[in-house]
Amino acid sequence: MRFRPLGNLGSERTSVGSSLPKPFLLATFYLLSFVISSSQPGHAIPPFARKYGLPCSACHEAWPKLNSFGQQFKDEGYQLMNDRDSPVWQNPSYWPVAMRITPHWHYESAGKVAVNSVPGDPASATIEKTINTSGFDLTGIDILTAGTLAKNISFLLVPSIDPGDGTVGFESANVRFDNIANSPWLNFKFGKFELDVPLSEKRMMTLSNVGGEFQLYHFVPVGGDINDFTFGENQLGVELMGHSANDHTRYAASMISSTNGNLGLPAGRTYDGYLHLSQAFMAGSLGLQRVGAYGLVGFRPTYFETSGPDAAPIPGTGIGNRSFYRAGVYGSLYIGKFDLTSVYQHSSDNVYLGNATAANATLPDGARGPQWNTGTFEAHYTHSPKLFFLGRYELVRMTQQSLADTLSDTGNADVFTVGYRYYPFMHSRAGLAWHQEFATARFRKTSDSGQDQRNNSYFMGLDFAF
Amino acid sequence: MRTIRTKIRFGSWAMVILAVGIAAAQNGGVSSGYPTPKGSFNASQQRGHGLYLRYCVGCHGVYGDGNGEHAPYIDPKPRDFVAATFKCRSTPTGTLPLDSDLIHVLKTGVQASGMPSWLPLSDENRTDLVAYIKTFSPRWQSEKPGDPIKIPAEPAVTKESITHGGELFQKMECWKCHGQQGRGDGPSAPTLTDSKEQPIRPYNFAEGGNDSRFKCGDTNQDLYRIFMTGLDGTPMPSFADVIQPNDAWDLVHYLRTLQVHRKSHENQVVKGTGGKSPSAAFGTEKSPGNGN
Repeated sequence: MRFRPLGNLGSERTSVGSSLPKPFLLATFYLLSFVISSSQPGHAIPPFARKYGLPCSACHEAWPKLNSFGQQFKDEGYQLMNDRDSPVWQNPSYWPVAMRITPHWHYESAGKVAVNSVPGDPASATIEKTINTSGFDLTGIDILTAGTLAKNISFLLVPSIDPGDGTVGFESANVRFDNIANSPWLNFKFGKFELDVPLSEKRMMTLSNVGGEFQLYHFVPVGGDINDFTFGENQLGVELMGHSANDHTRYAASMISSTNGNLGLPAGRTYDGYLHLSQAFMAGSLGLQRVGAYGLVGFRPTYFETSGPDAAPIPGTGIGNRSFYRAGVYGSLYIGKFDLTSVYQHSSDNVYLGNATAANATLPDGARGPQWNTGTFEAHYTHSPKLFFLGRYELVRMTQQSLADTLSDTGNADVFTVGYRYYPFMHSRAGLAWHQEFATARFRKTSDSGQDQRNNSYFMGLDFAF
Repeated sequence: MRTIRTKIRFGSWAMVILAVGIAAAQNGGVSSGYPTPKGSFNASQQRGHGLYLRYCVGCHGVYGDGNGEHAPYIDPKPRDFVAATFKCRSTPTGTLPLDSDLIHVLKTGVQASGMPSWLPLSDENRTDLVAYIKTFSPRWQSEKPGDPIKIPAEPAVTKESITHGGELFQKMECWKCHGQQGRGDGPSAPTLTDSKEQPIRPYNFAEGGNDSRFKCGDTNQDLYRIFMTGLDGTPMPSFADVIQPNDAWDLVHYLRTLQVHRKSHENQVVKGTGGKSPSAAFGTEKSPGNGN
């Protein structure tokens, strides 16, 4: 499961400014040299390893990234299908719970941020400045509980504790009925879950503020777009999912509430629909390759029923619904220890959503529905299950701005992320990874003065689960 | 726009070239990710070693002796590759299995054990794993696998076939372990141990439905094979020397009727006799000490 990065300078569209401190680059170099030379085989992961006695490397290329065996295990509803899946086979002391947190040090640089020229004086002129900050920090705590309630009935419950105010949220909470009518093609999930997306953000291998989320799933065009849908957030609804016996052919169809996973029915009464199809094939000695396509169509309200003298919106009464869609294709290429996943996605929001205008109001002159394309290239090199390198390049290109007079490349983004994870040991009771990562993002013409903004993140920390 | 396309094209080619370069520089095949010692291993064994470390070592242990980190918590215990005694074979009892037997187990897993199906792995992965597993025991150097037993065509399922199978079930005292109703609760059942002196339970035919499987397969042919080869390392002997092929098929047909919750041709035949339990229907409830 992915950690929620603290804060998000990335979303503030800040920019380059300064480079990394040299001592950390040197430290990174020496550490990297050390871990490459000392990499040894290792074992397991907490809840499922305790249940099945398999090394964690059986299901993960390097945790939390799944390999094909782990994907099938997940697709079977956390079952190995060897008649030992029901909890009645477990020792009563077995507890399917693990926790994960990452103490870390991080450095953030946000460029072209609008600030008062005289700190504390709002009347002073506004200037643009690069904001740098760094220090020790914590991620939130993910409490990972998952397994089977009975044969072919599985569950996932992930309460997350915010490190700032200690509030608890539910990242995931679902029950799944597996292999309905003894068919792997029929599995039904109900609750809050991550959509079956091509690149899981809950299992992503990057943790920094800039690199810790996919632009593919979170990009919002300039112009105040009020569509809050993000693939990266877990959604509330139902999913029908199926796969072939060897998991090479997969489909997932979901119907979710138009709330972006938020509880309490805060939006309207509409639903979003999602479909994902993929096919894998063994390409000789190269390994398992996969291609797929997905699409989502949804609605968001543009205004609400209101109440009182200040016309406060009444939650759940969203009306004036307008549509949006996301559609993409992807391929995952495996060549031995090297793998590359490329995703192309086209996104489109209705003109009312893109211009933050109620459907019963008048659109501004030149208003159009924003559209953009996203390309994501994520590469991994698994030196061993204990040493994992990653690199990612994401680009976002606007193809239609929400206002005709907005420059065509405004908001375009380029994000590079590199990093590695080193697992000094792994066994069935706990896991630990030393994580280092650097990410840099450039957003075109998004500062107040219309200049490019660049954000940088450097992250190093100890990611552990037990 | 052209600049962007050029960049993407350049980036894509760079990725492909990098990938090919990396692939060429590493062990071939679908990689385990583990660097593997060259030693005296051939290429397949080297790859198998890495795969073994990634997938198998937790149960079967670094030395292949079934004493992996998780072995104390697993029942039944993981296979000891040093002893090279394998349950699921197509070869006669006491002989080494064919590679295809071991590969088949990797594909299907072993029912009612900790051994899962490794179907998501590639054929090459499984071949490499078997090549490596065979390095644990010197038996593979000094012995050759046995010749696979021949399985004759299955005769038709008839009332007579099932009745005769039921008689054989009594005569050969299968019930002593498996119980009269095939529930794995015969009088000898509590005393059974495997070759590692670990308690072991006889197969319970009566539990499970249409998806029920045997330890080594799920078809009538698999059940026939289990009779004839035995499950080495367990109390289940081979009956190849004491039973004729037609008799073995009759026994197979009878055993299928013990799977009372399974929709099978055998149970349809039983139903045709009045829907009674197989033993009652065919008059085989006569042995004492059935442990029920």
